[in-house]
Amino acid sequence: MKQAIRNSPDILPKAPTGITGLDEIMQGGLPRGRTSLVCGSAGCGKTLLAMEFIVRGATRYGEPGVFMAFEETGQELVTNVASLGFDVPRLVAQKKMLLDYVKVERNEIEETGEYDLDGLFVRLNHAIDRIGAKRVVLDTVESLFAGLPNQAILRSELRRLFRWLKDKGVTTIITGERGEGSLTRHGLEEYVSDCVLLLDHRVTGQVSTRRLRVVKYRGSTHGSNEYPFLIDRQGFSVLPITSLGLDHEVSSERISSGIARIDAMLGGKGFYRGSSILVSGTAGTGKSSVAAQFVDAACRRGERCLYFAFEEPPQQIIRNMRSIGLDLGQWREKGLLQFHASRPTLFGLETHLATMHQTISQFQPRVVILDPITTFAAVGQTVEIKAMLIRLVDFLKRKRITALFTCLTQGGSATEATETEISSLIDTWLLLRDIELNGERNRGIYVLKSRGMFHSNQIREFLLTKHGVELRDVYVGPAGVLTGSARLAQEALETANRLTEEQQVQAKQRGLERKRQALAAQIAALKAAFADDETELRKDIRQLQQREERLQQECHLMARNRQADAPARAGGRQHHT
Amino acid sequence: MTTTPARSKQPSTKARPDQSWQLRLYVAGQTNKSLAAFANLKRICEKHLNGKYQIEVIDLMERPQLAEGDQIVAIPTLVRKLPPPMRKLIGDLSNTERVLVGLNIIPQHSEGRHED
Repeated sequence: MKQAIRNSPDILPKAPTGITGLDEIMQGGLPRGRTSLVCGSAGCGKTLLAMEFIVRGATRYGEPGVFMAFEETGQELVTNVASLGFDVPRLVAQKKMLLDYVKVERNEIEETGEYDLDGLFVRLNHAIDRIGAKRVVLDTVESLFAGLPNQAILRSELRRLFRWLKDKGVTTIITGERGEGSLTRHGLEEYVSDCVLLLDHRVTGQVSTRRLRVVKYRGSTHGSNEYPFLIDRQGFSVLPITSLGLDHEVSSERISSGIARIDAMLGGKGFYRGSSILVSGTAGTGKSSVAAQFVDAACRRGERCLYFAFEEPPQQIIRNMRSIGLDLGQWREKGLLQFHASRPTLFGLETHLATMHQTISQFQPRVVILDPITTFAAVGQTVEIKAMLIRLVDFLKRKRITALFTCLTQGGSATEATETEISSLIDTWLLLRDIELNGERNRGIYVLKSRGMFHSNQIREFLLTKHGVELRDVYVGPAGVLTGSARLAQEALETANRLTEEQQVQAKQRGLERKRQALAAQIAALKAAFADDETELRKDIRQLQQREERLQQECHLMARNRQADAPARAGGRQHHT
Repeated sequence: MTTTPARSKQPSTKARPDQSWQLRLYVAGQTNKSLAAFANLKRICEKHLNGKYQIEVIDLMERPQLAEGDQIVAIPTLVRKLPPPMRKLIGDLSNTERVLVGLNIIPQHSEGRHED
């Protein structure tokens, strides 16, 4: 979109400020060759914004700039912005930048007649020409009102100055102090009609938030919301974090929760990548442990994790998780895990969001943990927290970062209700609850919802062991759901019953075997007896056969002895018969 | 104005008669205001400083780099370099009374009495 605007000749040309996020809001930058007004109350960052505009212009865009200061001396400015990492003296030495301190001291000046501000024009012109400046900052030109008594002259001269700057073709920022009921104390907005930025520094409930709004931008579309901004070591950053819409790509990749049984409950594969997961429960139900397991699993896969801790310092989390056998310290040392611990009351919601944005953009994690989100209740109304989380979830989803939020529910209120009413934003909701029975308090877990996957409807007992989180099936019987020692007792009973039954079965099997063996023995004995009989009988048969043969032989011999001849043989036979 | 009677009594009193005055007039080009300022200054000095003065005219159109040194914003500006402390008068110097007060040529009421 930015490119389209820059390339199109019909649309207002823009000069990028180089300030993170601001160019996005203004869709390219400030109007090139025109004057923009940056106004706001004292200490809201006007000078820093203007300074960054000059410094970035000089370093990134090859546009030298003149910074004309009316309130601070050059040396003061240099010192003030050094903390933001701007090396102004170097830029000045390279002739990429020029600092000019204009001092107008009311008590040194006596008005003696007609005058104009040609001196200022000459100085500015000289400064611009000396380094070929494309950018100019006047910070803040309103000081002239204090120094020069004749308002009529001053106003007409300022009007002339802004027209002159436009003719000169430099992109200009003038700063102005916020006035009562008007944008600037001396009505500078009258003269600057192209672009007006309003900076604000608001304190709500003892928490301050810096905000920026584009009040006016003639000839260009722009984001019209109030955007939080940060001033830190990297300079100024505006975070255009409105809801980004619902058109982000989705992934069907699944990632493990780090707890095998939870994966099993979620269709056997775990969470979707890029989904938002809520783990809610009352105090001490093990929410952080579930989060830690998830972190551990992600780091094991070599993914970067960012852990926003709002209640515990990182060392304490690491120590506590060691007790359930998770060594998060190793991932931290390897640079895979980064903790970001801060009290919610440290900043306002918007600043928190802005900080999270910035941290996420810098670390580029694949998994983000917010533990817990409920503490934000200390710094905002439910509606505001929800609005903030919507924006955060949209941002994370667009980056395909899987986010796990923990949420503390108060005992007594409905477990399905979250304090911050964000359930509609959540894709997978694990609910941890206490199950009180027989004077015991045990942990139960179930999947309240999980979009786009089959999931178990069962309550599981949730155990924190030395080897991490383990889930057990709870005993569901006539007496209700049994957990803890009641479950153990029930399991023991069942084990005993099963043992008895097994023993009975074994006994019967042994009896059967015995019978089979007895049968086999009998068969063997009968076979042996039969074999004996057979041998006997065969012997008898053979004897009888031998006896007959011998008888016939004897008959032959007899016949031969009785000299029977051939015919006689027949007769003999007849005789014999 | 409290100084009016003092001035009318002693119209040509000099603050420090032995001292030389060093004045610098900043202008930007030959504008009407510049020319008027120079003429007014010349007239006032002739009348009140009795020749013990020195006027340097700086045209910022020609030497813009000199604007920074004396913190010149308005044009014309008259700077009293000597005697100290430095004083600045802006405008075309048409209001003679203010010029005299601004340059401290007519001493303040109390100061004048002290010097006398």
